[in-house]
This record gives sequence, structure tokens and C-alpha cells, in this order.
Amino acid sequence: MSTLLNVTDLRVSFPIRRPGAMPWAKPDQLRAVNGVDFTLRPGETLGVVGESGCGKSTLARALIGLVPATGKAEWIDGKDLLALSPAKMMAYRSDIQMVFQDPLASLNPRMTVGQIIAEPLTTHRPNLSRAEVKDRVKAMMEKVGLLPNQINRYPHEFSGGQCQRIGIARALIVEPRLIICDEPVSALDVSIQAQVINLLIRLQKDLGLSLIFIAHDLSVVKHISDRVMVLYLGKVMEIASSSDLYGNPQHPYTQALLSAVPVPDPTIEAGKTIVPLKGDLPSPMNPPSGCVFRTRCPRAEARCAAEVPALLGGDHGVACHFPGPLTEAEIARARRTEAA
Amino acid sequence: MALLDITNLSVRFRTNDGEVRAVSDVSLSVEQGETLGIVGESGSGKSQLSFAIMGLLARNGAASGSVRFDGDEILNAKPKLINRIRAEKMAMIFQDPMTSLNPYMRVADQMAEVLTLHKGMSKREAVAESVRMLDAVRIPDAKGRIRLYPHEFSGGMRQRVMIAMALLCRPKLLIADEPTTALDVTVQAQIMQLLSDLRRDFGMAMILITHDLGVVAGSCERVAVMYGGRIRETGRVGPIFAEPALPYTQGLLDAIPRVDQEDEELRAIPGQPPNMSRPPAGCAFEPRCPYRRPVCAEIDPPLEDFAPGRARACHAPLADVLARRITAELPEVDPIAAGDIPEAEAIPRAAVAGAGVAGTPSAPGKEAE
Repeated sequence: MSTLLNVTDLRVSFPIRRPGAMPWAKPDQLRAVNGVDFTLRPGETLGVVGESGCGKSTLARALIGLVPATGKAEWIDGKDLLALSPAKMMAYRSDIQMVFQDPLASLNPRMTVGQIIAEPLTTHRPNLSRAEVKDRVKAMMEKVGLLPNQINRYPHEFSGGQCQRIGIARALIVEPRLIICDEPVSALDVSIQAQVINLLIRLQKDLGLSLIFIAHDLSVVKHISDRVMVLYLGKVMEIASSSDLYGNPQHPYTQALLSAVPVPDPTIEAGKTIVPLKGDLPSPMNPPSGCVFRTRCPRAEARCAAEVPALLGGDHGVACHFPGPLTEAEIARARRTEAA
Repeated sequence: MALLDITNLSVRFRTNDGEVRAVSDVSLSVEQGETLGIVGESGSGKSQLSFAIMGLLARNGAASGSVRFDGDEILNAKPKLINRIRAEKMAMIFQDPMTSLNPYMRVADQMAEVLTLHKGMSKREAVAESVRMLDAVRIPDAKGRIRLYPHEFSGGMRQRVMIAMALLCRPKLLIADEPTTALDVTVQAQIMQLLSDLRRDFGMAMILITHDLGVVAGSCERVAVMYGGRIRETGRVGPIFAEPALPYTQGLLDAIPRVDQEDEELRAIPGQPPNMSRPPAGCAFEPRCPYRRPVCAEIDPPLEDFAPGRARACHAPLADVLARRITAELPEVDPIAAGDIPEAEAIPRAAVAGAGVAGTPSAPGKEAE
């Protein structure tokens, strides 16, 4: 099967000057994304989960060229997106579009809905006549569940869910092959969230889109994704098909994350055991040696500090020296150390 | 006697857009040591309800009704009385710990201030007690870290500091307004565990305000579901989650994806929540309700008991809701999402869905008149 996007060893780091350091001193590097590999097939949804600070948003921004990155991101035609000049990248921008988290903040308040949705079209398809642009905008509004007669309204006249539909229409208008959604539903209420998720799933099926769906809500990601990638401190911990990852998680971090997700069922909640994680997330300025998760892992041993675990296992990739389900004894031990 | 007894509490705000009815006619009670969850979406009035209890309403807000706490009437009480009760007997924690702690003060100073003010302790005693409380919320190296400023803590630790501060005077009731919404799941699990341990150790009652039904299922004994400023269903957590008797509660539970179940299509609730500056005449959920009948648009149903400890506000017969016998076929995704709506029909549907605050197209009924 062909691959739409093949990312290898993607790295993003931000120079940070220590407080009080001299202006000419070499700045420290904050490694936000630290060697990420994955592939994306046409029509597939890849979910990206992780806690705040794990680099999931930076990953998205790097792929569309909003932050400088190293490594390789090979598009279906063989071109490396990260090596393209800004002018060459323009051609690919209409293939890769993005939907942002805050629905209202990502829309220009002084433009009408019609102007907002038309903007990518006038940029990328300058030969279209104005009438044709308007027709396409109206058709797209209908497709995402907005009324075409609202074309001259302003964003503040719409609710959060409707603003997110405008954002989705803007992304879809240039007929992209890949849409990167960065927390597209986390600002929405539960009842509206389901509307937007269903809309995304329907549009993806109708248009054969690929999605990279970034979210911190593991239940939402499970629902929408074909495959899921778990990030921690800029590194991939585990990547597998959605059913494998949620049904048979191998990495201790994935297991801890999943055990912490609250389930709307009091009997399940009363009977479940949460895998506790020691301490806080380490600073990405100074990540732990070896496996970045070892400082909080209930299973860490000396080898974890010495060797960086590779992402092994093919379709169900795990970056861990000692993968496998945590035993009850290990969880009990972790609880004791946490309480102490 | 209940620790907190609220009867017919209403909160109104005067705004440029007219009067907003944030909370209407809410009655509920909390027993000693009990945890009550209040669930609702944004704009359902759950936060304003708690602000009214604490006497923290914004200046253009007015509360009416009665709130009795531990024998005293505290709604619109004199500052002297409410100041004594706040912090000493009743405390509150908020969603965003960074904006609720004073960034200019060391944690030691802001915590000690509570004790010197309310308990008349000396500064030294107050700091020592604060350290003990930080230990109780499991902040490692509490003695050293109490000298730090709030920004030097991580989000989860900051929330622990705020919980410690709220508990300094050993309150009988803690109101937690979305205490974990800003936190990651693993940290959320730690904080909820901590709150339940502390509640047990201190014998404290808690009102947990949240939009997350999963959090309610894990930590509450009773739950009240709010929509459009009113409580529309109450009961013990088990029965409500197993057999929701209100179309809205049922819709919410159907609309959330679950991590523990195999994929089913999400059944979204169509439409938008009501605009409370123009409250509907009947049930606020009527435009979105699959069980609606003509009476729903005219009369707002009262909250009535239907089983021991359970109440709901709905015109649809209970048996119909439990058996999912729907009366109105609402479009699966959204009333305005389907692409095949003919233009002529599309306009009135937009009016039903509340397309926007200003300039909503007028309903065709008006022209007929």
C-alpha cells in the first residue's frame, strides 16, 4: 500500500537562553520533538496523544512548516517537505491544511465567514473567477453543516461548534489530502463535541482524506483514529492500531495513561486500579538519559538509564526495554512508592 | 438537618443585552460528609450557582431564594457573617490555580494569611500549620517549597497548593469548581484521589462542579444535572448512569466516546444550548429533544420525585425515555448539517437551532400571523 507521508527522525528544538546568561553564550536547546518516526497512509487517521509538553502540537506545526525542523518528511510524490524552499512549499500547502484548537481565536474577527473560507482558495487557486469562488464557498458551507445564506455573517455571531465548522470548511476548501487537527474539539461542550467528531468522520469517508488528529482526550482519539501514537517528552513511546493500543497496551506509560482516563460508569470506576506515576514531568531542557520515561516508570532498571530503547515491533511499535502488561505486584509497588 | 439547604435559588444578571437568567429556582441539599456532583455544559449555570452560595456574584448579579448553611441563612448575608463562614466553614477551589493564587506572594505568606486572619495565630504557628497541610496534600519537601512563588510549581502541584489553602481552616464544605479541567489525565487522577482521601480524613462534604461525567462517576455519591439554569435530574450516581430518566442526561451519556468500549457511532445531541438572555417559554431542552411533545414548548416541567431519592423535570413519560421510544425524529448529526435540506426549509430550521445571537432569521410563523 502506498504511503502518503513518511516521517523519519523528525526533530524540533528551540534555543533558550538561561536567565542571566551572556548574550553571546551558546543557548540551551529545548528538544520539543526528539526523533519521531511514523508513516501515514492515504485515507487513514493517525491519532497523537500525550500530556501537555510532550511535543504533539510542535509536531503538527513542524509538518506544515510553521516551525523549523530537521529530519525527513517524505510526501507521496517523493519530495521531502522539510527540505523545500518556502516558495516550493506553497504548492504543498494546499495539500496539507490545519484545524486549530480555539475555534473563535483562529478566525479573523473582521472578516466575514465567506471571506474566511475563501481566503485559501484565492491564495492557492488565483485563476478562479469571483462567482466560482463564491459557489465553492457556499457548497463547502453546506457540506460542513452551515447555512450558505450565513455567508456574510461575522465569526462572533456563531457558537463555538459552528466556528469550528467554519475552521473545517476553510481547511477543506482547497481539497487537501491531509488535514492536521490540533485539539479540534477540546474547547467544545460534550454535546457539540460529538457533532464535530461525527462531521470529521463523515467528511473523511466522503473525501478520502488523511487526518492527523492531535488530542489529550484518549477516549476521543480512540473513537476517531485508525492508528494511535503515544508521545512522551518529544519521543514516540508506542504506536499501534487503535484496537491494539487500547486493548493490549505494551508500554508502561500507555498503561498508566489509559488507567487514568475516567469512565462514565460508577461500577467500573469503583473497581479500577490506577497506575500511579512518580513525580512530575521532567524538564525537556534536560531530559533523563536513556529512556526518557524511566524516572516515572514503575518498571525502570539500570539498563533504562544507560540505553535509549528503540521503537521495535513493526505494526505495534513499542519503545521500551521491558514491554508487556504491568503485573499487580508492580502496580502495588508503584502505589507504595508514590504514597511514601 | 442537612449541612447545606438551598431552596428556590435564582440568579439574574443585568446586562446590556437585557436580563440574563443564569440560575432559576434551584433547590438542593448536601448532607454532612457527602459528595454531590453538579454536571452541566458551559452556560448551564453551574458555576454561578456556586458563586451565589459563596456570595461571590459579580456586581451586576442578584440572587434570590434561600441558602441555609449549618443553621445560618447566608444568601445575601452581611459581609461580617459571610466572611466568617467563608474559609472557616466553607471553602472553594477553582479551575485555574495560577489565576487564583496571588503571583506576588510566596506560598507561605498567602497560606499563613488565612490562619492569622481567621484563627488569630501568630505568623510562625501559621506557617508551621501550612507546612503540615502541604504535607497532607502530598507535596514533597513541603518545608522547603513553601518559600516558593506559585509560578515555580507545576500545574498539578499548584492545584495541590490551592487545595491545601482551602483546607487550612478545616471547612465542613468544599466547593470544587472544575478542579481538574486544566490538568492532564494522570494528574487529574492523582488530584481526584487526593480529594477523596482528604474528604474521608477530614469528614468534609464536597460539591464537585464539572462537565466531565467520568469524573462524577468516579468520585460522587449523588449528582444533579443542570441545563438552561435549572436542575433537571437528580439522584444517586449508580441509578442515574445506569438508567438516565431525563432525555438530556441520556443524550450526554450517548454523546461521549468511551475508552473502555468498542466503537459505536456517537449519537450527538443536535442543535445548540439555549441563550439564557432569551429563555424559551417551555422546557429549555425542547428544540434538541427526541422525546418532545407539544406541551414541552409551552410549559417548563417542574422537578418532581419519581422514585426514592430521584427526581426529574420532563413531560415525556418515564417508560418512554427508559425504553427509548422517541417521538420526534431529529436528524442524526445536526438539524443543519445535512446537505440535502431544500433552501426554503433550511431557514426556519436555522432559527430553531439558534444560529447566532444577533439577526437570527425570523421564524416563518410570524409571516403567517
